[in-house]
Amino acid sequence: MKTNDRIGKRIELKAPVSRVWRALTDYREFGQWFRVKLDGPFVPGQVSRGHITYPGYEHVKWEAVVQSMEPERLFSFTWHPYSVDPKVDYSKETPTLVEFRLEKTASGTLLLLTESGFDKIPSDRRLEAFRRNDGGWTEQMKNIENHVAQTS
Amino acid sequence: MSHKRHSRVAAKRRAPVFAALGDETRLSLVARLCAGQPYSIAELTQGHKLTRQAITKHLRVLERAGIVHSIRRGRESRFEFVAEPIEAIKEYLDLVSEKWDQTLTRLKSFVED
Repeated sequence: MKTNDRIGKRIELKAPVSRVWRALTDYREFGQWFRVKLDGPFVPGQVSRGHITYPGYEHVKWEAVVQSMEPERLFSFTWHPYSVDPKVDYSKETPTLVEFRLEKTASGTLLLLTESGFDKIPSDRRLEAFRRNDGGWTEQMKNIENHVAQTS
Repeated sequence: MSHKRHSRVAAKRRAPVFAALGDETRLSLVARLCAGQPYSIAELTQGHKLTRQAITKHLRVLERAGIVHSIRRGRESRFEFVAEPIEAIKEYLDLVSEKWDQTLTRLKSFVED
């Protein structure tokens, strides 16, 4: 993945796709590993609400809008990442899109996660403009690019 | 941990910085300025199809986002690059990425147990 407005991760899971799908989309199971207590099931097009159960972050509300639920293939939602400061109104910021894609492998499931829309981060082509420049900036942009293009 | 600091950085700096960089002309101006040397508007307009006025407008957007600042020298303003807001973006993305690593590790143990 070679774009700059997203974070990409890939992780091999030694569990069947059906198991991973349940862990992702059953709101109680999701809550366990994501550390959030959700009010109810995920429904595409609807807001999912709850609160974080991660120690130290219990004051933080969870809110996301479920986008897609294509069984055992794609689960996605939009949200405001890392919105932990109760004094800040994150609703004015453009939300990011989180996508979990599943692929069957010989040993289980390949999970591809992307979070995209870190709004208007320059595209690859635009980054070229920076790279052609001398100075510490080039290094800095490379760091950003490597970072957001990271797939492992 | 410095979560509070990060969230403040995120809220106050990130959105305007992203928005300011989301434009071809402004990116080309930043590319020119980030080498460290301050430039006048006239110098920055050279080699651009845009008018001096248009360039000035873009520079003001960058200035409001804190990516450049202007120094007045006699009758002309010179613009200088400020690295910090863009470093804050990298810091922010590092943080989000790190959070995902932790979250996915928990998912892994959850489904593999």
